[in-house]
Amino acid sequence: MKVVAICGAGVGTSAILKVNAERVLERLDIDADVTASDVASLGTTAADAQVILTSPELVEKIGATNADIVVIENYFDLDELEVKLEAALG
Amino acid sequence: MPLPPLPDAAISLGVRASDWRDAVRLAGEALRRSGATRAEYTERMVQLVEDFGAYIVIAPGLALAHARPGPDVLEAGISVVTLTEPVVFGHPHNDPVGVIIGLAVATPDAHVTTVADLANVFNDPATIPALAAASDPHEVRRIFALDDTLEQEEPAR
Repeated sequence: MKVVAICGAGVGTSAILKVNAERVLERLDIDADVTASDVASLGTTAADAQVILTSPELVEKIGATNADIVVIENYFDLDELEVKLEAALG
Repeated sequence: MPLPPLPDAAISLGVRASDWRDAVRLAGEALRRSGATRAEYTERMVQLVEDFGAYIVIAPGLALAHARPGPDVLEAGISVVTLTEPVVFGHPHNDPVGVIIGLAVATPDAHVTTVADLANVFNDPATIPALAAASDPHEVRRIFALDDTLEQEEPAR
């Protein structure tokens, strides 16, 4: 199971998303590898990902992908993350 | 590495911004003033939003202004800016923004624990309103659970 959190720079916001996604996945008892990446290198980092986590603003920058795109509005709302990750992975 | 210290120079409370660019520049200026970055970093933070949109608005009322590591980052740093009048960044859900956190990291890997600590602070829903209402740097450092005993001088203006 692979989850990729993306942002424009690959540091900062995607790292926050990664940290909080890991916390939620642990809470859900789902074993997954979460990485942070920038949009530009998504082609390689997300080639084998099941889920891409991102902001509403970046969805259109993501090209063709087989992964589920999960859009997070509040990166600090663990409940929002839990509901959306559970729906995507469960 | 834990959260970098948050000196008075890195904190601007109750300031005015004319638009989102101005708000991001205030956060960049606070990083520069505290010695974390050079002025070029501030413009790279603005450019990131020009290129990718308002995705740095990661929670209601909060923007995390940052850019990639580079030679204009002298050391890791964070800054805190609160606005008297929140500004619109163009985010579909989280506008308007009244609190801007500036973040500078020196290397791509060094930031992981910094960011984890930031997440710990902001996962508490009381943090953003508390920062927006903070009236002095001591209060801000207490919200970030940072050592408040190092800085005794008056807040920089």
